Amino acid sequence: MNKLSKKSQSDFLMLLLKGRTVIVLVILMVFFSIVAPNFLSIETLFLIAKHVALYGILGIGMTYVIITGGIDLSVGAIVGLSGMIVGGMIDEGVVINALGYTLYFNIPAVCIIAVIIGALIGAVNGYFITKFKVAPFIATLGMMYVARGLAMLRSNGATFSNLSGNVALGNTGFEIFGRNIGSTPIPVSVIILIVIAVGSAFILNRTPFGWHIKAIGGNEKAAEISGIRINKEKIIVYLFSGACAAVVGIITASQLMAAHPASGETWEMNAIAAAVLGGTSMAGGIGTVGGTIIGAFVIGVINDGMVMCGVSEFWQMIIKGVVIVGAVIIDQFQRDLQTKMALRVRNDN
Amino acid sequence: MDKNDLKVCLKAENITKIYPGTVALDEVSFNVYKGKVNVLIGENGAGKSTLMKVIAGIVHSDEGRLLLFDDDGTSKEITIKDTNEAKANGIGIINQELSLFPNMNVYENIYMTKEITKSNGTLDEAAQRKGAEEVLKKLHHPIPVDTLVGNLRVGQQQMIEIAKNLIIDNLKILIMDEPTSSLSKQEVDVLFKIMRELTASGISIVYISHRLEEIMEIGDYVEILRDGKYIADAAIKDVKLSWIIKSMVGSSSSYSKWDRKIDWSKKDKVLEVKNLNLPKPGGGKLLRDVNFNLKKSEILGIYGLMGAGRSELCECLMGLRKEHTGEIYLNGKKIDVKNVSSQIKNGFAFVPEDRQSMGLVQCLDILKNFTLSSMDKYSKHGVINKKKESDACDSKIKDIHVKVARKSLPILSLSGGNQQKVVVGKGLLTEPEILLLDEPTRGIDIGAKYEMIDIIRENASKGLSIIVISSELKEIMAISDRIIVLSKGLKTAELTGDEITEENLVLASYKGH
Repeated sequence: MNKLSKKSQSDFLMLLLKGRTVIVLVILMVFFSIVAPNFLSIETLFLIAKHVALYGILGIGMTYVIITGGIDLSVGAIVGLSGMIVGGMIDEGVVINALGYTLYFNIPAVCIIAVIIGALIGAVNGYFITKFKVAPFIATLGMMYVARGLAMLRSNGATFSNLSGNVALGNTGFEIFGRNIGSTPIPVSVIILIVIAVGSAFILNRTPFGWHIKAIGGNEKAAEISGIRINKEKIIVYLFSGACAAVVGIITASQLMAAHPASGETWEMNAIAAAVLGGTSMAGGIGTVGGTIIGAFVIGVINDGMVMCGVSEFWQMIIKGVVIVGAVIIDQFQRDLQTKMALRVRNDN
Repeated sequence: MDKNDLKVCLKAENITKIYPGTVALDEVSFNVYKGKVNVLIGENGAGKSTLMKVIAGIVHSDEGRLLLFDDDGTSKEITIKDTNEAKANGIGIINQELSLFPNMNVYENIYMTKEITKSNGTLDEAAQRKGAEEVLKKLHHPIPVDTLVGNLRVGQQQMIEIAKNLIIDNLKILIMDEPTSSLSKQEVDVLFKIMRELTASGISIVYISHRLEEIMEIGDYVEILRDGKYIADAAIKDVKLSWIIKSMVGSSSSYSKWDRKIDWSKKDKVLEVKNLNLPKPGGGKLLRDVNFNLKKSEILGIYGLMGAGRSELCECLMGLRKEHTGEIYLNGKKIDVKNVSSQIKNGFAFVPEDRQSMGLVQCLDILKNFTLSSMDKYSKHGVINKKKESDACDSKIKDIHVKVARKSLPILSLSGGNQQKVVVGKGLLTEPEILLLDEPTRGIDIGAKYEMIDIIRENASKGLSIIVISSELKEIMAISDRIIVLSKGLKTAELTGDEITEENLVLASYKGH
């Protein structure tokens, strides 16, 4: 009897621990809706969602990377670079000196080119990490500087502020990614987040590739012996993270209708925070897309909620920091409990 | 040597140590005689290292006690919480894996955790340097004390390990766990000379080795363990090598004999390996010109000491050692070994030696650990068909009798034997033609060992060709149709039928040492 109650006790504790990010999110929502009376309105929630979409998309790419046991510090810089690529192509076009004329692309082509370049940068990260055994932290730190430098070089540090395009050139309509859908209050960026989230959650749970990257992060040697092509799959993961960052760059430029080379600075930290808050283990092997989205919402609610209450930006930083470290401590506690429960099953048998 | 000449300086009494799933030590007692080389031997998993770790404070026994004796014969019970307390009691250990810091120099390593400091709390480097020079001189190895330990040869590093222990104040007992496994013959001779000097100065040595001939040369007194139990002890000069082997492996075979009555000359060669060579990083070779073949439905055993090149051989076949040279023929056709996934496609499956670090992914559940190598089989257009995957896993669980409550539980919820079955099952799910098993019964309890042998036999009779590596003589003799013996990377014997005897195997495994 005693044993049984102990078991159900730890089962209940486990449930609480697993749902901790959701619980934190609910507590934050309740708190802010009391402190800031207009917090709980459709407009505010969609505004938060619009911000969350950016961290969320970056966080999904980051979750994949962290699951393999890596890290990607270059995503913030890729956001800036991808915005500059898009901005430059719309505003200035591509000048081909040899032929003496300027090429303009339509908006879908511009976006596809930016995403491909982001993906390529990610693939280069992956290539250095796998082929030359550069630690992911260092490889992507280097790429962070390179990508940011390229973004600055594109315009010599200036902003592309005319992204409306020209009807005659057929490159109008870029504002779509920053707007809402039709007359609904739903931002397009949220739809993009949902599409990417559903797709990547499916890949993570239902395809061999998804399970292979979890195995790589859980035990790389065992994964190799099991026949998993570690290098190839890691490169794909970094490629995906780079592509996600490029998408965020496009959305950001569209929301502002301007491309600034410094945009996205330190966003990699928000992405890491969202992943970690969502239960992704920095040691690799464990993580879910859903968790990361909730983690991104926690960060978004803290940011926007505190702005609405008039809390200073400096306090926001402190509170964010405490929440992140607290989440990891609880995470560790959950892992220990999980191990204990598994060992109990083993001894019962 | 009369037993009366022997003075006990440490007595371990009725030591019991239980790990989940196995009893590592079962009421084992052990005497350390003063000024002697006390040898402890047994097969892998007999409990030698565990017993030494208990004495050195690295692991804690569940039952039993340790008694330390003074020169006048009075004893006191001691409890050793950690290595520092062991050192305070004059007990030092040299582990099987060296515990040196390659990024630090010789004297820094020797004085690690026993640093000499000046009155102001800073390191007294001059004193450490002088002390290190003195102790190395005593060991006849005047290695420059500023050398980085990472740049020393293994033999020299071994000396640093010994030097580290000699600076313990009042060192009484020095435990050496397989100190010679990576030394050359000359280095071993020097080590033995030093050991004799140490014992002459009154230090007692506890010596663990798999090299039985060495034990006959250096040992004074021997105790034999088997399966965590005390078997026998004797003065070395009173016994013969054959007695030691017999005591180590046990007289009555606990494994049933399996007479297959197959005319192997009529069976097709599934695998043929010619001139397999594997270079060793830093010079030399891990495998030299190894030739062998494997027939359809045959169980081929590979026996050898640690470092003989057994695991490396399997790793070459599996595509984990790209630097190997030689020819590998599969069903008569030469194959190009590219990587693990291509070898799995070629019909190979590999169960590695260490299931925790190489076999399992601890954060995945039982189901995924089963299907990790074969997921593509259950997928269509890159999407896993969960039902197919689950059915395949279920049938394997039934097939090899894994005790599983639910497949969605963590892999850690299984006992060692069942975890091992999952690793084997993962290999079998790829539907291999050739199964490579590296120590498939290591670290699992005796019941699980029998079950593992049944699994191996069952699959062999279904037509699977199997290569088994095992350090346990009785086991490899019972399961193999044919055994090849490796020693220092050379194939030193190939035995079938009545040639398979303990004596032949042991002698072949020492050839070239």
